[in-house]
Amino acid sequence: MQRGQGLRGFLNYIRRNPAFGGGLALLLVLLLFSTVAGFFVPKEGAYPLAVMPKQAPSAEYPFGTDSVGRDLLPALIYGTRMTLSIGMIAGCIGLGIGTVLGFMTGYFGGLFDTIIKFFVDVLMTIPSFLLLITIAASLPHPEDMGVIQMSLVLSIVAWVQPTRAIRAQVLSMRERAFVMMAKLSGMSGMEIIIKELMPNLMPYLAISLAGAVNGGVLGSLGLQTLGIGNLREPSLGMTIYWLRYYNAFLQGYWWWIIEPVIVIAAIFIAFLLLSIGLDEFANPRTRRTV
Amino acid sequence: MSEPVLQIKNLKVYYYVEAGAVKAVDDVSFDLDFGVKMGLVGESGSGKSTMALALMRMIKPPGKIEEGQMILDGTDLVGLSEERMRQTRLRKLAMIPQGAMNALNPVMRIDKQLVDGMLDHGIVLSKEEREERVAQLLEMVDLAPKVGKMYPHELSGGMQQRVTVAQSISMEPDVIIADEPTSALDVVIQRQVMETINRLQQKLGLSIILIGHDMGLMAQSVDRLAVMYAGRMMEIGEIRAMFRNPLHPYTQLLIESLPVLDNKGVFSGIPGITPSLVNPPAGCVFHTRCPKAWDLCREKTPEFVEVQSGRWVACHLHTA
Amino acid sequence: MSTPLLELRNVTKIFGSKTEYTVALDDMTLAFDENLPKIIAVVGESGSGKTTTGMLLLGFYGPTMGQALFRGKPLSELKGPDLFQFRREVQAVFQDPFAVYNPFYKVDNLLSIPIKNFKLADSKAGARDLMEDALERVGLRPEETLGRYPHQLSGGQRQRIAVARALLLKPKFLVTDEPVSMVDASLRSTILKSLRAMNQEFGIPILYITHDLTTAYHISDYIIILYRGSVMEAGDVDSIIRDPHHPYTKLLVSSIPWPNPELSWGGTEEMIQKSQVAFKAITGCKFAPRCPYRMDICDTKAPELFRPQNNRVVACYLNRDNEVLSRADLSKVFAEA
Repeated sequence: MQRGQGLRGFLNYIRRNPAFGGGLALLLVLLLFSTVAGFFVPKEGAYPLAVMPKQAPSAEYPFGTDSVGRDLLPALIYGTRMTLSIGMIAGCIGLGIGTVLGFMTGYFGGLFDTIIKFFVDVLMTIPSFLLLITIAASLPHPEDMGVIQMSLVLSIVAWVQPTRAIRAQVLSMRERAFVMMAKLSGMSGMEIIIKELMPNLMPYLAISLAGAVNGGVLGSLGLQTLGIGNLREPSLGMTIYWLRYYNAFLQGYWWWIIEPVIVIAAIFIAFLLLSIGLDEFANPRTRRTV
Repeated sequence: MSEPVLQIKNLKVYYYVEAGAVKAVDDVSFDLDFGVKMGLVGESGSGKSTMALALMRMIKPPGKIEEGQMILDGTDLVGLSEERMRQTRLRKLAMIPQGAMNALNPVMRIDKQLVDGMLDHGIVLSKEEREERVAQLLEMVDLAPKVGKMYPHELSGGMQQRVTVAQSISMEPDVIIADEPTSALDVVIQRQVMETINRLQQKLGLSIILIGHDMGLMAQSVDRLAVMYAGRMMEIGEIRAMFRNPLHPYTQLLIESLPVLDNKGVFSGIPGITPSLVNPPAGCVFHTRCPKAWDLCREKTPEFVEVQSGRWVACHLHTA
Repeated sequence: MSTPLLELRNVTKIFGSKTEYTVALDDMTLAFDENLPKIIAVVGESGSGKTTTGMLLLGFYGPTMGQALFRGKPLSELKGPDLFQFRREVQAVFQDPFAVYNPFYKVDNLLSIPIKNFKLADSKAGARDLMEDALERVGLRPEETLGRYPHQLSGGQRQRIAVARALLLKPKFLVTDEPVSMVDASLRSTILKSLRAMNQEFGIPILYITHDLTTAYHISDYIIILYRGSVMEAGDVDSIIRDPHHPYTKLLVSSIPWPNPELSWGGTEEMIQKSQVAFKAITGCKFAPRCPYRMDICDTKAPELFRPQNNRVVACYLNRDNEVLSRADLSKVFAEA
């Protein structure tokens, strides 16, 4: 099964794998929303006392405003940008650590493997969200947490799933005949990991990345919704925190409730579709031919 | 009974892939008489496995039965509705698959798996009748009664294969298709399983199509032999006659390339590689590797003709 | 006597846990001398220990008891230049023509990587020449095979490339594990011929692991018959196949379907067991539960290697009126008479 060449091949693939295409498209829309739209909408509007509060959506304020005078349009634009950034940074760090640990423990085993497995097992047993709350809340100034800091906190748990998944794949691949052949051809362990195993595991790495980013987004949203995170910045989670704080439900500010929910739902649906699409890519059909 | 139990007429099964249409089975015809064991032999790419799937109407897209008829006991299976085909499977036409470990349900006990098919066909059996039938079937394939209470992973490969044999005869069908039933087994077990199948065939009067690539096994197990190559039927005949006097050059080469425990160190094979099934060679599909090919072979596809009573061959040497 | 190239010394290999285990190989001693370029077949059913033997010799399994040695050094302790030499001198051809290829790379990789690592050529052109030469020797056309991906070639072509690789490397020892069982009948001869040429032209000793007695007979000089991890019979292949002494060998030979419809499967009914015996630690002869000639002593003590001829040993009490060869000296049976 030869992959089609270039752009046409890619578009062909999307046609055969609508989940992947759909997820990618949705993600693209969200990215455009959070970046390009930001050129046209100044960020100042996303902070308290910037505009008239409690306005329903209108021509002047397409997304309406909240109780403290935030224009919800820039709030959501920059909030989405923040959330996606945190998710991606945490996801990449998690995947990076997970890849290194997964390959090393899966291929070499031994004491190192036993130690890492121990940590993985412990972290899998502890509810990761509680752990995140504990860590994030114990930081000196959680209300001033920047994007990078939030990402680092999340990466403490983000590396666990990728490590497990990659290690499992490496364990099974290690026994395959082409790895034996590589050894017989004089390749060293590291060479085998990088040249023989990694290319075959690209689909799994992609899936792990999607999962890790998704986990990062979820984790950050969770923390922010509880009020743990930068209180000033208009992250999506914070927007939800404030709408609860200011009783948006009882006050009837429906726009304030629906808009972040829709954006968050869009993010999750995008990643869900991507996962489904990548899963199809990685499984039996492709495993033989890459 | 003068009518054959199974008649295949000009069957074509094509797989539609990006590169084109793979002609997995291309215009194949043969008859199977009652109580006859017929071997279908061919190498990889010959179309024999596709034949098995086609007969059971289990070809999945992108494959398609392009043309032709498969007449079982007077009914053409090609046109049958899926519901009626479902009723035909197991009751009239059963399959012994390759690799029993993949065919048996790992979380179901053997006794349940043996009666499952029958129950599915609407046969109502009391608990005693079920137990009796299970015991009967196990005995017919030489397995101890206690096997019924076991799970597939507790059995050896040979025993698992015998369970699938028992499954196939559970409704005493007219025709059984055995798709390389012993390829995963070693020589000793292979012999046991084949002897079990032979014994059952004689006792129940079944007709069997044995699909495989091992000519030695064929020589010991079948009455008639059909040789396929690159999707086409090359030769069919009575087994002894085929071995004594193979008409088609491919059959000759197949027999010659068999290592025998006689002439040590003598190796002969068939040079060349199997042709593309998307763009098969013009004329006779074997001409690229045939030591006896001449001009006509490159231009015209030979007809599949009955050159002697019961002996069919597609070769210009015999039909031109 | 010089140090053997490869050796198994009282190797036992056990798989599984303390409660459920399988003895794949039971106290096996075997030595291969690099100056004795013979083809030795290891034949047995699945579970006989034949693949385990190959894996132990290649260092992919470690022995549970005993030692596997390369030029006198245990495989597990090989490091640096010694390990390099081991990989250089001991090569293999495996059963599955697809699994040995990394689907990500072209088939050239299988040949070019060892050339590079073992410095068999000084230039890209030199490497190319080596590859083309080896491919031609196994009957392949370089222009039709190089530059392709594994899934673009047939099983037969892929396996021939694997054999070409071995040819190219000219190792001091070649382990082949069922090299033709997944290849079409018409191609088997070509591959077997290439293996035999490697042995005869280049003096490479080959271990031919298989369950197929017929091909073993055709290609090898000596044969070892294994059953459940123990040697049943070993020695000159001609005499053993034509005139088997061990009841198990007789069973194997008679189970081969003769490609001649006039001759039917031989053998006696009684050999064919009705039910499988659960394999627990068996004292005594491993084949005894299935043996029609079973005697009391067979159940209590495993038979030694009785030596009815110079070039044959039989582990069976039916042959007990002969001198005994110690298990440690099994390889003597493969020496020139």
